[in-house]
Amino acid sequence: MPRAPSAPVRDEHAELAVIGRRYRWLVAVVFSVLVLLGLRFGKLQVVDHDLYASRSEDNRIRLQALPPNRGLVLDRHGRVLAENLPAYRLVIVPERSPALAETLVELDKLVEISASERERFERQRLRSRRFESVPFKTNLSEEEVSRLAVHRHRLAGVEIEPYLTRHYPHGPELAHVLGYVGRIDERDLQRLPVERYRGTSHVGKTGIERQYESVLHGQPGYERVETNAQGRVLRVLERGEPQPGEDLRLSIDLDLQLAAVEALGDEAGAVVVLDVASGDVLALVSQPGFDPNLFVHGISASLYNALLTHPRRPLFNRFLAGGYEPGSTVKPFLSLAGLETGAITPHSRVFSNGEFRLPGHSRRYRDWRRGGHGWVDLELALAESVNAYYYQLAVELGIDRMARELALFGFGRATGLDLPGESGGVLPTRSWKRATFGEPWFPGETVITGIGQGFTVVTPLQLAHATAALAGRGRTAAPGLVASREPIQMVAHADAHWDAVFDGLAAVVHGSSGTARSIARVLSVEVAGKTGTAQVFARPDDDEERARLATRELPWHLRNHALFIGFAPLDDPRIALSVVVEHGGGGASVAAPVAAAVVDRAMTLGY
Amino acid sequence: MATWRLDGWLLGLLALLMGFGLVVLYSAGEQDIGLVWRQLARLGLGLGALMVLAHIPPRFLQIWAPWLFVLALLLLVATALFGVGRGAQRWLDLGFVRFQPAEAMKLALPLMLAALLSRRPLPPGWVDSAIALALIGLPVILIVNQPDLGTAVLVAASGFGLLFLAGLRWRLIMLMGAALAAALPLAWINLHAYQQNRVLTFLNPERDPLGQGWNIIQSKIAVGSGGLTGKGWQASSQSHLEFLPEPHTDFIFSVLAEEFGFLGVLLVLSLYAAIILRALYMASRCRDGFGRLLAGSVALMFFLYAAVNIAMVSGLLPVVGVPLPLVSYGGTSAVTLLAGFGLIMGLYSRRRFMDGV
Repeated sequence: MPRAPSAPVRDEHAELAVIGRRYRWLVAVVFSVLVLLGLRFGKLQVVDHDLYASRSEDNRIRLQALPPNRGLVLDRHGRVLAENLPAYRLVIVPERSPALAETLVELDKLVEISASERERFERQRLRSRRFESVPFKTNLSEEEVSRLAVHRHRLAGVEIEPYLTRHYPHGPELAHVLGYVGRIDERDLQRLPVERYRGTSHVGKTGIERQYESVLHGQPGYERVETNAQGRVLRVLERGEPQPGEDLRLSIDLDLQLAAVEALGDEAGAVVVLDVASGDVLALVSQPGFDPNLFVHGISASLYNALLTHPRRPLFNRFLAGGYEPGSTVKPFLSLAGLETGAITPHSRVFSNGEFRLPGHSRRYRDWRRGGHGWVDLELALAESVNAYYYQLAVELGIDRMARELALFGFGRATGLDLPGESGGVLPTRSWKRATFGEPWFPGETVITGIGQGFTVVTPLQLAHATAALAGRGRTAAPGLVASREPIQMVAHADAHWDAVFDGLAAVVHGSSGTARSIARVLSVEVAGKTGTAQVFARPDDDEERARLATRELPWHLRNHALFIGFAPLDDPRIALSVVVEHGGGGASVAAPVAAAVVDRAMTLGY
Repeated sequence: MATWRLDGWLLGLLALLMGFGLVVLYSAGEQDIGLVWRQLARLGLGLGALMVLAHIPPRFLQIWAPWLFVLALLLLVATALFGVGRGAQRWLDLGFVRFQPAEAMKLALPLMLAALLSRRPLPPGWVDSAIALALIGLPVILIVNQPDLGTAVLVAASGFGLLFLAGLRWRLIMLMGAALAAALPLAWINLHAYQQNRVLTFLNPERDPLGQGWNIIQSKIAVGSGGLTGKGWQASSQSHLEFLPEPHTDFIFSVLAEEFGFLGVLLVLSLYAAIILRALYMASRCRDGFGRLLAGSVALMFFLYAAVNIAMVSGLLPVVGVPLPLVSYGGTSAVTLLAGFGLIMGLYSRRRFMDGV
């Protein structure tokens, strides 16, 4: 054997002996490791066999959740507003579909499937075990169901499953009240108790559906099932029935709701009708609405975008979050403040010459009638909506006292209606302005606050609630859709003061010169009301008569908002309402007729 | 026999193991006969490599060992630079073929060490031992960084095994043991998060019963529920219900244990024992130090493969992704291992028939 020349003399025999000894060690190690492994399997398979056998059995026994049926939503007379309809969905059990890719291609030819549905399927498939069914398409049409049934033999692992889907028979008319349910998403998972939502795919996203989710949802049941080696259910071992959600009866009167929607017609705006004594919401409209049924099955991106970018904003809840200048609708509330503080009496008079000036200031504040209204007392000031009267009153009250008095009627804070997303509006004060803008309050701002302009922002719901408080002579309950609430005395005034203001409001509709006198002839009952116009676009000339003429020439989105508040019947007020017609022009010409139609319908319905 | 340098005993045992493996694979792979054919093709390729290597003269191997080692090392570096693979860079794509250079290193490192140590007096001195350790460390570090902890451990172990066979002094062995213990915290920091998770989960599978611990728990259930005689071929509920991950690759032994029971396990363990003992016997009879070291280390690597995988599926070791040799579905390791047996047979066939060592 050749060797490298530099290698030292080696005792090959001794070297191989070293290796030989080490081989004996190695064999010993190998042998003991193999014995150890053998013992390990003996322990697992013989000694502990029973334990693992039962755990293997457990793997064959599955607990599946039975989702509860969602409670119905009914109107005050028990008519269905939200129901559960049987529908069919297509599910795929990946394990039973050996050629899943081909099956999906095949399915593409049979049912229309959007990219987002496809994506959702893939996502859910990755999260589920292979023997769990994954929804592929929900709400199949009858045509799709029959087409699938015909081709069923070629679609391994594809099943058509019945289920219940939420449906809103009066979708667009009640969309902003009911809201809608939608697929549970990551954000929902963070706020929901997971164990109550096993097997449930949808949850209330907005409106009543969201507010009363815990009532409507119910308790899931379970089924302990035994499966065969393929994961197919062989028999049900144990079953706990789900507990359906409770039905929810709303205070809404469907007839009145539909009448209010019809009265608004194509206009954008809001109508709120309240029961004066109980605070029950009888009608609650925000127009334009949208079809909440679209959201149940997952709205397409393009349709959703169209809703979002629509110039009239159908997704915007106007009665709850729409902030408007109250305009002249604030006058009855300020009148009461004036009477209470002694700034005015029912018979004290103010002269209106068409314009008002603060002492030492040059700016002129106009009345809507050119040349003014002459000498006016409280009744005429309300009936003809005389600005000069309220400019004067505002200056005498001062901004902070106005805010205090208006706050008594609930302005400036959310009413607490049982719907999510209510806005509280703005009731400006000196400190509010300093905090918000960092500026002091200017006297001119007090003047225009007297006619509901400037910083004051109210929601249609707040207006209706304040009107109910007015109608109840200070006594009403907080507005609510479900729970009954105790009436409370929100404001206390002398009876004579209420009478004086009621007289003025009656004259608005029934007086010979009332701003809303045009609706008197269509009414079957005496109504107290007040018109209002909220500026959207400040014109150099705020002459209301001329503004109305100019309205038709302005683009829609710059036209004034038209407002009306009222209650009826005059001698025993049972309902109070507010109407806002966005960019409608004048309150008298546009909002008052809507209110008249709603009041009329309410009276025929027996309120 | 002298020209046809194969060993009938060893070939017969290997054939038995592979045959039984294909039977289990058919069941574990959900009765996919195509899977079995593809595996058979790979085993055929491996047997081809076995024949070729058995007929390469040992002297030739001895001379080329350093070059093969350097080549394998360069391929590993290339993999680190241009490699492909999901999550881990283990594959080298040459355009017409993709392979794992780490597999080549499994044979190249023992070749290199055997060639190096057999040139010098045995047992190796301090200097030679240090050089050998460096030669082990280089490829191991590259493989750990791919990252492929399982292969790295196997390559390192086969290298240390060879050093052990060469008569590495006990003192040095104990010193290295101490150094290893000291280096463990450092190694821990350098592990990838998923590797740390595997080790932590191994220590306490219930830590993450639906995630990392799932594999170990379900594998133990599969094994334990098999009992003495098993559930029968193709009747393993654990793998068919997909509670068991990777039933046809790393966890095929669990399927075997579930379907054929403890008796099946003993049979396969005995087959492995027989193969390893036969291979070690052959290795110990080789002509010279080079042959005995090389053949012994290759046999040891086969043993480690089997032992690590079986310990892993029974929950004795963390899940490190080592396949069951010659049974798990998957090509490269089967080819390497069969090629290794070719080396053993070739070296053994050139033994000294007169020498009674």
